Amino acid sequence: MEKYVCQVCGYVYDPASGDPDNGVNPGTAFADVPADWVCPVCGADKDSFSPE
Amino acid sequence: MRAVVEIKNGVHWVGAVDWDIKDFHGYSTYKGTTYNSYLIPDDKITLFDTVKKPFKNDLLHNIYKVIEPSKIDYLVINHVEPDHSGSIPEMVEIIKPEKIFCSARGKKALLDHYHREDWPYEVVSSGQEVSIGKRTISFLETRMLHWPDSMFSYIKEDALLISSDAFGQHWATTERFNDEVDSPELMKHALKYFANILLPYAGLVQKLLADVQKMNLKIDMIAPDHGLIWRQNPLQIVEAYSKWSKQESRRKALLVYDTMWHSTEMMAKAIADGLIESGISVRIMNLACEHRSEIITELMDSKAVIVGSSTLNNGMLPRMADMLCYMKGLKPMNKFAASFGSYGWSGEAVKQIGKSLEEMKMKVFGPGISLQFVPDHEGLKKCVDLGREIGGAIKESVPA
Repeated sequence: MEKYVCQVCGYVYDPASGDPDNGVNPGTAFADVPADWVCPVCGADKDSFSPE
Repeated sequence: MRAVVEIKNGVHWVGAVDWDIKDFHGYSTYKGTTYNSYLIPDDKITLFDTVKKPFKNDLLHNIYKVIEPSKIDYLVINHVEPDHSGSIPEMVEIIKPEKIFCSARGKKALLDHYHREDWPYEVVSSGQEVSIGKRTISFLETRMLHWPDSMFSYIKEDALLISSDAFGQHWATTERFNDEVDSPELMKHALKYFANILLPYAGLVQKLLADVQKMNLKIDMIAPDHGLIWRQNPLQIVEAYSKWSKQESRRKALLVYDTMWHSTEMMAKAIADGLIESGISVRIMNLACEHRSEIITELMDSKAVIVGSSTLNNGMLPRMADMLCYMKGLKPMNKFAASFGSYGWSGEAVKQIGKSLEEMKMKVFGPGISLQFVPDHEGLKKCVDLGREIGGAIKESVPA
């Protein structure tokens, strides 16, 4: 599964680890991350992410 | 500078003025800066941010003029960058605060900087309010403006926004308020600050301004952590941020170059001729004379950036590599670009610059112009033509 990079702060969303602190389980593809999820580092919207 | 100023009834500026700093991690602060800290001796005596570590005594002296520092109850940390938090460890020893208010990211950053698990952190988030007596502090998280920990503190009873690193300027003065200094100069420092610090987060600035508008806050004064306090018409700086964050340009081109034996300089001037003929305002900046942070400031309202370097040892000149690295990090948007330069044998610089401009997602015109040694008439004509081509494109895309 593809990793996605936050264009604002550079945080990388890795589907293998997900973002369990914010309710996204490991193994979740970026496409399946909820639309209202925001970057855990900078708070940018999901739209601010691009494939790595 | 040890002159306390009561910025509002019962709200004191207790910061420090740094006349000496001329380079702030790569940003030319040729007029110095200030580290602003604010003290409110309400029922709960509250200090907002501190100062850079070497200025701790200035902060203490200023606080002493109002109250005995150990009487401070609350410390509000809007931003953990060391120019604001550097004095915290020693201040905490002196103050022994009851609470240290910070964002969740702020607590993490404080732990990562000072490694003190034992401090009395009180994590707050956007919209949370804390009463300190006659006044209420509302917190507003401003993540990535310009660090993950950043936040604003708003005192509704005074309609005072303590805005941390937003709306600041690097300018050392004995004056504290915007109406006490030359207004065009102040706006120039504010623009330079936006261009060099906040530009990568322009999208977030727009979002923040929209959110703040929805909150319908009454704002009578904006007190940033650097430079002058916006007392007269404070919303002018909010309007300026709204404009700057849109990254709109005018009919202007920025020509940046570095040259070994003036050939690249000749090319720059020929390109400028083509632009000027098209009715475009041109700013020519020679890297030997101009600082990178001045260049970024000029880039703000330029539609095109045309970048030239001679080739040295199969690469671009080192000052150009520095400038492009800096520019890339600041993520300018919606710009046209082109590259040019003179070379002796292989001429790699122009290609390398072009690649760098493409990485910045600029619309790059052509492969760039490379000319061997000293340009002849034909070569310079190519440069004039490039200037005309870009000039025409600017006129087409930017309304007069």
